[in-house]
Amino acid sequence: MSESGTIEAPAAALAVEPIPTLGQDVARGLWTDNPILVLMLGLCPTLAVTTSIRNGFSMGAATFGVLLGSNVVISLVKDFIPKQIRIPCYIVVIATFVTLADQAIAASSRELYMALGIFIKLIVVNCIILGRAEAFASRNTVWMSARDGIVMGLGFTCVLVVLGGLRELLGVGTLMGVPVTPQAFQPSLIMILPAGGFAGLALLIAGMNAINRRRSA
Amino acid sequence: MELDFSHILTLAVGAIFINNFVLARFLGLCPFIGVSKEIEPSVGMALAVTFVMTLAGTVTYFVQRLLERFGIPFMQVVAFIVVIAALVQFVEMFLQKAYPPIYSALGVYLPLITTNCAILGVAVLNVQETHNLFDTVLFSFTAAIGFGLALLLMAGIRERLDLAPVPRSFRGAPIAFVVAALLAISFMGFSGMKF
Repeated sequence: MSESGTIEAPAAALAVEPIPTLGQDVARGLWTDNPILVLMLGLCPTLAVTTSIRNGFSMGAATFGVLLGSNVVISLVKDFIPKQIRIPCYIVVIATFVTLADQAIAASSRELYMALGIFIKLIVVNCIILGRAEAFASRNTVWMSARDGIVMGLGFTCVLVVLGGLRELLGVGTLMGVPVTPQAFQPSLIMILPAGGFAGLALLIAGMNAINRRRSA
Repeated sequence: MELDFSHILTLAVGAIFINNFVLARFLGLCPFIGVSKEIEPSVGMALAVTFVMTLAGTVTYFVQRLLERFGIPFMQVVAFIVVIAALVQFVEMFLQKAYPPIYSALGVYLPLITTNCAILGVAVLNVQETHNLFDTVLFSFTAAIGFGLALLLMAGIRERLDLAPVPRSFRGAPIAFVVAALLAISFMGFSGMKF
């Protein structure tokens, strides 16, 4: 960034940032700016509901829906919200979508609703959603905000599915409810308990660090 | 109203140890990982959270009664989060005016607490467990104590971890999560306690 007052400043101010391609955006959401593994946001639902692939995917889908919806709506109304009260306004928008998601899940699958528990309601305080609203949707067009929501939601859901798969496989020996491990394999129940959640996430982040280091080496 | 001490103890020990908000219920993880690098900010965060959580739990008890009175219980999420955000704002302004030294110690953590899922979590849990007013206040307070305890334990360990030879890929967040896993295992030992 050039300092203001120098000759380069006006030119830098006129320069337009290149718009990333869809592929670059997806790579951003899945890897370089992954909301959970890199930005460290939304940790509570990540650890709490990844006891199986199905639960992880459902929570990811619900968060994806709320993220997309709130990004779009906030981008639509951004010019009408006074700057000083923008955060409470964003929160109300997000809370509305969360209520919709909560009621939808409660109506469609009682079992899933019980499994996800209070974490559906806690999507409203998932820092990813408010963070993207503040950092992106409040300054960009509807289409770009929607794309950002999709890409970040995708990254979030992927991590949930991978972690859910890891914990389900090692903790119960099934994948999507289907037993896949040989008889001789004794699953360790601790993987679907809180300790296993922490350990699983630690492995994922460490794995990502190792891969990044190997790539840049 | 008679004071049933065994009931109080069950609720308190349950919230602090057996179902610790961070290590068993997975609530309040973002500040848990973010602030627990050193002991001093952890103490500030723990105190701020205790204050806000007890207050928020109590206020949302009355909000829930109001919602049910008007027949709109489904508005719980919207109402709770708006009330909590407003509450935190008021607490910040009040502390700034009335107790400046406390404000300068805790103030920086207050805006972070609004998105702390432990606050909304305790509000929703109080409703779910159908606590009366006394239980609500007690549960909110002890849940915050449990959060503070986990936070301080974590900070103490992480301060020493800074000096340990951690494998390169694990430095920073991963090793913190491994420590959290070990803490979670140790807290599992409290399950099944009866009075």
